[in-house]
Formats: sequence, structure tokens, C-alpha cells
Amino acid sequence: MINGLRFFAFVVVSATISACSPVSNSDIKVNGLVFCSESNPSSFNPQLDTSGTTADASAHQIYDRLLDFDTESGNIVPGLADSWLVSGDGLVYTFQLKRRVAFHTTPYFTPTRTFNADDVLFSINRWRQVEHPYHKVSGGFYPYFQSLDLADNIVAVKRINGYRVEIHLAQPDSSFLANLATDFAVVLSAEYGQQLIEQGTPSAIDNRPIGTGPYKFVEYRPNHFIRFERHDDYWRGKVNQAQLVFDITPRSALRLAKLITGECDISVFPAQSELDVIRDNRDLELLEKPGLNVGFWAFNTQKPPFDNPDVRRALAMAIDKNTLLDTVYFDSARRATSLLPPSSWAHQSNADDINYNPVQARRLLQASGIEPGFEMTLWAMPVQRAYNPNAMKMARLMQSYLKDVGVEATIVSYDWTTFRNNLQQGLHDSVLIGWSADNVDPDNFYRPLLTCSAIPTGTNRAMWCNPAYDELIEQALLVNDTERRKQIYAQANRMLYEQMPLMPIAHAFRFQAQRNNVNNLTINTYGGVRLGGVVKQYD
Amino acid sequence: MIKILLRYTNLLVLTLLVVVIFSFALAYLFPGEPYTNLTGVIDEQAAAAHQNLSVTSAFWQYLGNIFAGDWGLSLMTGQSLADEIAITLPATLELSLYALAFALLVGLPIGFWAGLKPHKGIDYSVLGASAVMHSFPVFWLAMLLVLIFSLQFGWLPMSGRLNLLMDVPNVSGFIFVDIFLADNIDRSQAAWDAVKHLALPTFCVSIITMATIIRAVRRSTLEVMHKPFIIAAQSRGLSNAQIFFKHGFRNALLPILPILAMQVTTIITNVMIVESIFSWPGIGNWLLQAIYQQDYPAIRAGMLAVAGAVIVVTILIELFNRIIDPSREKFEDVTF
Repeated sequence: MINGLRFFAFVVVSATISACSPVSNSDIKVNGLVFCSESNPSSFNPQLDTSGTTADASAHQIYDRLLDFDTESGNIVPGLADSWLVSGDGLVYTFQLKRRVAFHTTPYFTPTRTFNADDVLFSINRWRQVEHPYHKVSGGFYPYFQSLDLADNIVAVKRINGYRVEIHLAQPDSSFLANLATDFAVVLSAEYGQQLIEQGTPSAIDNRPIGTGPYKFVEYRPNHFIRFERHDDYWRGKVNQAQLVFDITPRSALRLAKLITGECDISVFPAQSELDVIRDNRDLELLEKPGLNVGFWAFNTQKPPFDNPDVRRALAMAIDKNTLLDTVYFDSARRATSLLPPSSWAHQSNADDINYNPVQARRLLQASGIEPGFEMTLWAMPVQRAYNPNAMKMARLMQSYLKDVGVEATIVSYDWTTFRNNLQQGLHDSVLIGWSADNVDPDNFYRPLLTCSAIPTGTNRAMWCNPAYDELIEQALLVNDTERRKQIYAQANRMLYEQMPLMPIAHAFRFQAQRNNVNNLTINTYGGVRLGGVVKQYD
Repeated sequence: MIKILLRYTNLLVLTLLVVVIFSFALAYLFPGEPYTNLTGVIDEQAAAAHQNLSVTSAFWQYLGNIFAGDWGLSLMTGQSLADEIAITLPATLELSLYALAFALLVGLPIGFWAGLKPHKGIDYSVLGASAVMHSFPVFWLAMLLVLIFSLQFGWLPMSGRLNLLMDVPNVSGFIFVDIFLADNIDRSQAAWDAVKHLALPTFCVSIITMATIIRAVRRSTLEVMHKPFIIAAQSRGLSNAQIFFKHGFRNALLPILPILAMQVTTIITNVMIVESIFSWPGIGNWLLQAIYQQDYPAIRAGMLAVAGAVIVVTILIELFNRIIDPSREKFEDVTF
């Protein structure tokens, strides 16, 4: 009873005292950063998922990689590997590892040793070796690595000593280092893995993660928040914020509102229509960068009649891409002719582009035996992405274009996880989706998006398998001469133009909004957001 | 007295049973395996075994699980639904409780005031205002308030129940209790933050109920003040204040309780709408997510929890009303 009274008195007193002086939100001097994200991560291990949401929530917050990309230049810079050496034949990579790198200490794990070669072996072997005790944990799918066939090309990962690792390849791979610097090549703790096996709960490794990154995991409540805490012994130096919270806010307008009221410090994927509001608000700042991405319309080439290139070309011809660029991207994107954005070195400026021609489209459809009134589904992804800020709106526009050529399109959408699961099963006729590059290498577009081995891993949304195309892409990796590689990719572009497994739509700029008192944040063109070095100023 | 208690318990159990049967039926009406819809587990063998059970034995099993606290798993998050509901339901009940308290706190005095001065300027303005309040669409009002108080002036936050950076461990699910129990934060700061987060949603939810209470209290005050015993008191020369507080107040209050019982449903419905606008982590918001994600086990369990809570609260208020209102005794003795 006394307690109850005390409690009541405390509420009343604290409310009245504070009520005397108007207090604004910024007065809550709780040291931390709130990041408004757009969706739920599927786990806290980016090895298991190519979704940007998972990468944002874990790749650079919880983990480190052997190598990193410089966010500005895209060059490969040291991460957990101090230095590296590539043998003359391009088959042996030797990494010298950093010493005294501490893993997170949390209520569920206390490390007894610092990072060493065992952790590198553990992390790579998990996705590489089917017989690894953790390979099958959490589904056994490693979409990024599997779509690149990386495991097949690695002959051995050898521990030379505690801080030196050698990786032997079967064939030279000019994009190998770049792959190790992507969000997906994170380093897990072997010791934690061992502990979980002893406890009999191996899947916890992906849900209650341990890494070496700037923040350690505290709590995750789906659809609500993810809470992180500063990693006090972070090897790159002191992390400024004691806390990091991901406020999961799927609606873009709500994220903007929270940014304005100061409930968020950083917000992802502002809608194109909101950009001017952000620019005009003096408390807010808009970051903007040309993105390494492509938004496209993929046909399910395993389903008739979409297995017929003529049908795909006819449908592509029915769409006026320029209108899509104007109305969906508000001119903050470049028209896409091939898979590669203009910022890539292998971009082919004179690639063939399919032109808007509804008359020709109707004729082609008729010739392929598609009667007027033909019905198909048009899947529109439910989340905003740089490469497609509003797939729903785009789908509605395309619906009317398709109607003009006598095709009845039904728009289909689910929540993001269901959407991707159903896509992977190939339930769609066509889908509006896209791809953000994980590294600067052109192979990162051509291989995961359209090769045969990318079908089961769910990155080949067109479910398109063409041995001649695969052959070209393989060839491109074996040559080191960039001009020669460019020519090969030009050939691939020509093939895609003729076959049209997907219609490239746009290469979009990337936007991110933040409050003015947030410093040291840049847009990471090469993957997930990096919040470790961010400094928030309190006035 | 015992008879009354028994009767209400009987009513409670039977109604809850109907709700459980309905939620069980949902599992068969939803697409997909009934087994998966009931448990949230995708397991073909168990589903086949479940299919071989007769519907009645499947129901008894389900009822047993419900009582054992095993409400199944969410298809989306794989977490125990009972746990998720234990986190979200208190947030909803809390908001409902504060909204009801606020509606009473404001509605009762205004209603009495208007009832004591009938057909005067005050009365008409109160009546007019309550009619306006009653016709506000809640979601529209909520957005309007957000626009003014959060986005324009920046006085009040617009989402959640506490600044996310304040890590208050979830013990009871009621935010003030949890703040009081937490020891790692500045409590008065957190409590004030919670009050600010509560202000707009509480106001939005309470406004319709407040209008209803004002009108009901006004009418019953008006009626009571014309009763013979009041006129008798007046003729004895008692002052107006004495008459009201000694004779009028309690009698005027009695008709309010049944209205409150009915308002519980209104409030909880409104809370569920308001929750999604203010990102309040309550069960309405949670249920909406579940519906959007086609998480059938979660929809079933959420519906069960909300319906159960509404029934329990309504029947408790009815019971309370029955106990304190002796005038119903005679009538019921005849019919019982």
C-alpha cells in the first residue's frame, strides 16, 4: 500500500513539476541514435539474406569483414585483415589478420579470447562446406555466395597460424576480393558457435548475434524496434553513442513525421514526393548519391507464355519507361538500358534499348498467339527501395499501359518476407523489383540477376537460364583486361536485349534523410548503412 | 449475493466458451492447414495426425492448450503468441483505462453542471459541444492533433509510448509501473516522457466516450432533480448544494454504470484505431500487422484475447453495477 501511494505521489509530482516549464522533445538527453528503418530483418546474419533490410540491421553494426569498401571511392580497404597478398597466378590469397580485436560481451556470451584465424575459417566454412556443423542451421541457404557459385571455386581455406589465413581458388576470379568486402562476408565468432552447439541451440547464432562490430545486440521486437548497445572495446576506437535503436516504421510518411518531431535521427528511403519537404526544413538534411542499382520488370520465364522471348519483348514495348521515370522517380533516376548503372566502369552507353511502341507490341502479341483480354499478374514489392521508390504506383501505371495492348494485369503484393518467399517459389508471372550492388564489380549485376545457378537462391527473379549467357559471364571473369571484359559484357547486353528476360527501367539516386545534428554519416553505395562512426551532437 | 456471483460467473464462462469455439472455427475457415492455423507450426506429419482427430477431440485439445497458456506460435516471427499478447494487451488496456478515466474526470463534472442548469446558455453550449465531440471521426481527429501538436509545434511526440532510447524493461506491461520498477533510468524524466506520449492518444480515444458520459449524466441529473424526494428536500429549505451532494449525486450516477459497460467496447475499438496512427505498441496495432501479413494463428489468438478482455471487463462492470444498485433486486427476484 505504501508502495502504491509512493508510486502515485511520484507520478503526480513528476507530472506537475514538469508541467510548469514547457519541455521539448530534444530535452530528453538520452545518449543514443534512433534510426528509422523500413522493415523487419529476416535474421541478424547477412550471410543468409541478400535483403538490404537485413544488411542494414546487422552487417556494419554487429559485424566486421576481412575487407571493406571505401564508401566514397569503392576501393577495397583493410577490415579485420591488416594486409593481403595475391599470388602471381591469382589462385592463392593470403590474409594477415588484426590482433586484439574483441568480440561482444553480452548476457548470453562472454568471449575468452580475441578474434583470430579460427573465426575466419568458421565464418567462411559455414557457407562453403555442406558438412560444416552450422551449414544447415537456419535453412542452409546462403543466397549471395550460392548465386555466385563461390563455394565451388574455393578449394581450401587454410589456417597458417593464429593470425594468417590462406584461401586457395580453383580458377582465378577477378572479383574475389570484392566479394569478401561485401555485406555478406561477415566474420562470426567460432567460440560462440561452439558454445551454442554445447547448449544445443545453434540457431541462436543468427538471432542473438555476436560479432566484432561497433554495436552489440540487445533486443529485437518484430514490427517495433531493434535495440543495440555500444561495444566498449571496439577495435576502430570509441563509439560515440551509448545506444542505437532501429525504429521499424514501414510507412515512409510516418518516418518523415518522426524525423520532423525528432523521434528519429536518421530515416531511410524518403519517398520522392517528400524530398522537397526535407530540403525546405532547416532542421533536416538530405543526403543524395547516384546509386549502384537497377530497377527492373522481370518476367517469370519458366511459365508459359512468358517463356517466349517475343511475348516478353512485346510486353516490354507496351510500357513507356520515360513516363515511369517522371512519375515514380520524379526525375531522380537515369533511364536504364542495360543492367549496369552509368557509374560502373563497364557501363555501355550505346546499348540497345527497347522503345515504347504499343502498335508493334499488339502485333507481336497477336503473332505469338496472345489474345486480347489475356490475364497476367504483376507483382509489386511492398517496400520502398532506392531502385524503386513506389512499386505500387509503377504497377498501376503499367497496368493501364498493358490494358492498351489488350493485357489485363492484376497487381499482387504481400508483406516483404512472404513476397520474397513466394517469388522464390516462382508463383509470379512478372515482378517489379530490382537490385542494389554489393560491390563495384559488374559481375555483381550480371551473375546474381540472371545466371542459372541464381535461380534456386532467389536472386534470379526472371528464373531465366541460358547456358550461352552463363558462358559469357564466366568468360568475363577469366580475363583481366578491362577493355576485353567490356566487350564481353556488351555481348551479354545484346543477348539480354534480344531475349528480354527482364526489362531494365531505371538507375536511381539514393536518398537518406537525417537531422542536422547527425554528423559523419554518408550513404554507403556498396551495401548497408554504417552507423559506427556517426556522431550526434546535443545542443 | 452468492446467487448473483454464480450467475455472472456462469455468464462469463459460457460467453468465453462461445468465443473460444469461434476462434477454433476460424482455424478451419482460414486458408491452409487447420493444424498450422491453430499452432503456428508447419509440420506435415502432425497436420495429418491432427486431421485424423475428430473435430470434438481437436477442440478439447485446443481448449486444453489455451488453458495451459500454449496459444501457438506466430507464423511471421515464430514467437509464442501468448508472450506477444502478454506484451501488447497491457498496452491496449492501459490506454483504454486512461482514456476512460480521463473521460470520466472531465465528463462527469460537465454533465452535472449542464444538468443542474438545464435549458440555459451553459447547458446548450455543453450539449452542442458534446454533439460535435460525438461526431468526430477518431482517426481524423488523431491525425489532426498530430499535425498540430507534433508536426507544427513540436510539443508532443507522435509515436510509441516512450522514447525508444529509454530502455525500460517490460515487467508488468503497464508503462508507469514499469518505469517505477526500472532502476537504470531517470524515472521522473521517463514518467514525464510517458505522459507526453500518452496525451494525444488518450485524448483522441476519450473524446467520444466523454461526449456520451456528458449527455447521460446531464439527462439523469435532470431527471433526478425533478424527483419528488428532491422537491421535498427543497421544501425543507436545504440549499441547492446540500440537495445535490446528499440526494442527487448518487442517484444521478447510477444510470451511468450500464453506459460505461457498453462504452468499454467503444473505447477498445477506438484504441485499436488510434494505436495504428500513434504506432502504439498495443494489440490493435499488432493485430493489424498480423492481418496484413496473413499470420492466421496470430489473427486467431489476437481476436480471442481482445474478445476475452472485452467480455471480462464488461461483465465485471455489470456485476459491480448489479451489486451497488439495490433497485434491481426486487425485479430480479421475481424473474429468477
